[in-house]
Amino acid sequence: MQWIQQNLPYFLAGISVGGQYALIAIGYTMVYGILRLINFAHGDIFMCAGLMLVYLSASLPFYVSIPLVLLLTVLLGFTVERVAYKPLRKAPRMSVMISAIGVSYLLQNVALYVTGGLSKQYPAIPWLSDTVTVFGALTKRVTIITPFLTIILIVLLVLLINHTNVGMAMRAVSKDFETSLLMGIKIDNVISVTFIIGSFLAGVGSLLFFSNYTGVTPTVGAMPGLKAFVAAVFGGIGSVPGAVIGAFIIGICENIIKAMGWTTFSDAFTFALLILILIFRPTGLFGEKVTDKV
Amino acid sequence: MKKVLTLLLVAVMLLGLCACGGNSNNPTPANPDPGTEATDTIKIGIFQPASGDNGAPGKQETLGSQYANVVQPTVEINGKTYNVELVIVDNESSNDKAVSAAQTLVSQDVSVVLGSYGSGVSIAGSDVFGAAGIPCIGVSCTNPQVTLGNDFYFRVCFLDPFQGTVLANLAVDQYKAQKAYVLTKLGDDYSVGVGNYFKNAFEKLGGECIVETFQEGNSDFTSYITKAKNEGCQICVAPISVEAAALFLEQAATQDIGMPILAGDTFDSNVIAGVGKGKNLDIYCSTFYVEGGNPEFDSNFKAWMESDATALANNGGNTTIAACSVLGYDAYFVALEAMKKAGAFDKDSIKAALPDVEYDGVTGHIAFDENGDAIRDSAFVKHLNTETGEYELFGIQQVK
Repeated sequence: MQWIQQNLPYFLAGISVGGQYALIAIGYTMVYGILRLINFAHGDIFMCAGLMLVYLSASLPFYVSIPLVLLLTVLLGFTVERVAYKPLRKAPRMSVMISAIGVSYLLQNVALYVTGGLSKQYPAIPWLSDTVTVFGALTKRVTIITPFLTIILIVLLVLLINHTNVGMAMRAVSKDFETSLLMGIKIDNVISVTFIIGSFLAGVGSLLFFSNYTGVTPTVGAMPGLKAFVAAVFGGIGSVPGAVIGAFIIGICENIIKAMGWTTFSDAFTFALLILILIFRPTGLFGEKVTDKV
Repeated sequence: MKKVLTLLLVAVMLLGLCACGGNSNNPTPANPDPGTEATDTIKIGIFQPASGDNGAPGKQETLGSQYANVVQPTVEINGKTYNVELVIVDNESSNDKAVSAAQTLVSQDVSVVLGSYGSGVSIAGSDVFGAAGIPCIGVSCTNPQVTLGNDFYFRVCFLDPFQGTVLANLAVDQYKAQKAYVLTKLGDDYSVGVGNYFKNAFEKLGGECIVETFQEGNSDFTSYITKAKNEGCQICVAPISVEAAALFLEQAATQDIGMPILAGDTFDSNVIAGVGKGKNLDIYCSTFYVEGGNPEFDSNFKAWMESDATALANNGGNTTIAACSVLGYDAYFVALEAMKKAGAFDKDSIKAALPDVEYDGVTGHIAFDENGDAIRDSAFVKHLNTETGEYELFGIQQVK
């Protein structure tokens, strides 16, 4: 009992962080699956969602501001795709990637301008931000909710991909871009839906993340974004369940390493893992086996 | 259509180039030789972070210098009155951005530089200032490396070894602590510095330390707090930046850390006070100045902030006086004092005059030792009243 009480906080933190990485990682993995593009701006969309709630909740009650933030985040993701990626659809993949990096810096600097560079305190969402006791370990309620909410959202997403027309179109596009175009699938719409889902999940992720870690700065999306990207690669980029499992593994391992006292190396671990995966299993845990044409 | 657009773009770019050319041409005839009759404006560079980890306190420190500039916008040298102009740059709290910010100041031809908040950026910028021969007055950069071996770098605040020792004495005197948990940020010269000096002093006093570090961009402190509790530490020392501290304190309250938290001058910020308000936390910090030390200065400074909306926003929306603002104010006057003593305002004369400058500032008497560090022997210790969300004077800690 004593042992559980002492070590449970590490696991709770790991699962909660893992859930947040998972929600971001899905955005990476879905876009990659369809466009073969690593959307570097994804972490910054996550940051913008956090910032929007800070400003909106100052004047609106939560039951209005939270849905509004999710809506605006979706709109932002959609706009980014239409403005920065769609015109480059026929351009070499590298151009799109550079465009993504450009969007990432643009969002960060707009945030820098709006906030004046200062950290904004995330509002405490009632109920979600309350402190609860689990087997004698103290934590916020959001920590407990995160993994369950993540899993529910992912089950819904997998159902959507496997059992709806849009999902079928998505799978078709990710298998073969040109053939699906010939078969009459409206590719632009499918891609927009992908970005909308990814941004929505990033918005939900930002709610969970910032309720726990309450400072929003312009660069706050960078680190979770990078780690979610590692998680997506670890699980096999392009695979939704892979990204989720990868995210949980990374979140938990990081915190176990911190528990063992090697705090200095917790980030190094994540990126060393990335290198090892790329060497020994380039397609990740659940990645497609077929060699890509890249 | 496309051709028209392209042409338009090219035209805009050319216009931009012309503007650049015009700008860079203008200053050349204006100041052929600083220190002669040609100019009657003296430029003082403000090298401070306005964004990034130390953005909030950096702005407050700048505010102190700006206020000083409002109070005393001119300086009389050899019977002639000169205007003093502040050139403010943002070093973004980042060691690599600091270099280019420093270069901006050099190219603006400032006579003396004030700053920075944060030792890391001061050290990063010092090479550029050194090469250009511009004297610097550090405001609240407390790491010894800033002035060590740099004959052009001076500072008006106390040092980290001193600050670490103050905290260790406080921990032992006040709490009879045997075991301390020290949390520092990797790659932050201030944080690691104070942490190490605390450890040395605390172990000398018979205590035991557990030192852990976190990295830039870390936002989960749960594991660190759990560790501190599991190891049975009686006191937590967290000399970390305001940004990280806000996250750390929030989680410390959630996890019910159950031990006093000690920190250095970074915690003396209304951001921290705001986070701590209404939470079950016991926070102490060592600092340079406590409100009430000079009531006349306090009330004038507050009145100025209330009259200026931007200033009020930069101070975090209220008129609580941060110690670093007061130091920024003193540093400005030390610079003017040096100009008067030198009888000139070119950088070489100021540099030569600075070691002998003595000035009675709001934070106390300022004189420099052979390293260019201010000679100080006591620090104010403040305690956060979590009911009102304001810092209160706890005591003045002398170093043994």
